[in-house]
Amino acid sequence: MLPVTTIHYVALSAALLLIGTIGVLTRRNIVIILMSIELILNAVNINLIAFSHAWHNVNGQVFAIFVITDAVAEAAVGLGILIALFRNKETVQADEIDLLKW
Amino acid sequence: MLDTVLFYSFATLVLGGGIFTITRRSPVHSAIALIVALLGVAGLYLLQQAEFLFAVQIVLYVGGIMLLFLFVIMLVNLDDAEHVREFNRQWAVALAAVAAVGAAGFYIFHGGAAVHHVVYRLEAVPAAAVGNTEALADSLFSEYLLPFELVSVLLLVAVVGSVVMAKKRI
Repeated sequence: MLPVTTIHYVALSAALLLIGTIGVLTRRNIVIILMSIELILNAVNINLIAFSHAWHNVNGQVFAIFVITDAVAEAAVGLGILIALFRNKETVQADEIDLLKW
Repeated sequence: MLDTVLFYSFATLVLGGGIFTITRRSPVHSAIALIVALLGVAGLYLLQQAEFLFAVQIVLYVGGIMLLFLFVIMLVNLDDAEHVREFNRQWAVALAAVAAVGAAGFYIFHGGAAVHHVVYRLEAVPAAAVGNTEALADSLFSEYLLPFELVSVLLLVAVVGSVVMAKKRI
């Protein structure tokens, strides 16, 4: 079997990013859109850790910590918005929230 | 050899979990699949000697964020999710994204010498002597001290913002 190199991790990260992007673009449920954003951020983290390991440089892992912190903040605020939205509109489907749509 | 087997197992977990996350009808099933994917990502961190991030990933993502997601799914009543349309009509945009990433991957695999150097010629750099958590703390609290403090402000903003959003009457 071939040894695992950085390019394997980069390809895996691209695939996961793609899955997350397709989820954001095609799902209607806002909860699942937020989960897809988490997938995208994890793809970024895999990339950062792979290059950090390859260069033996710890800066990539520091950046990954910042990305995880941003993901936490984003999830908290996003779910808060979702609760407020559900209280006012009684729906969690993204394309039914079209108050500002022309 | 063992590294290769473990990499492919964790990659299967990650990609399978991701695909199940975006295709299941019930949001609870999606959340469970997302937990599997995040655990796979944690395993990949461990394979690359990022032990501290492995622990952070499990405690913070699987323990914190996914608990928040499941809590909100229970709170927001989703009983009528069984008979609504599941996908919207944006397959064209999604296909464009797939094509863009495919083009980028093609460029990396068949690209110029610069890309090849960055991706393949990496083994010559010597390893650090200290442990992972110690090296991480050294870098985080000296070189990245200002971003670290700014992140605390960001978290404060997020806490206040989510409380304001979820509160009934302010």
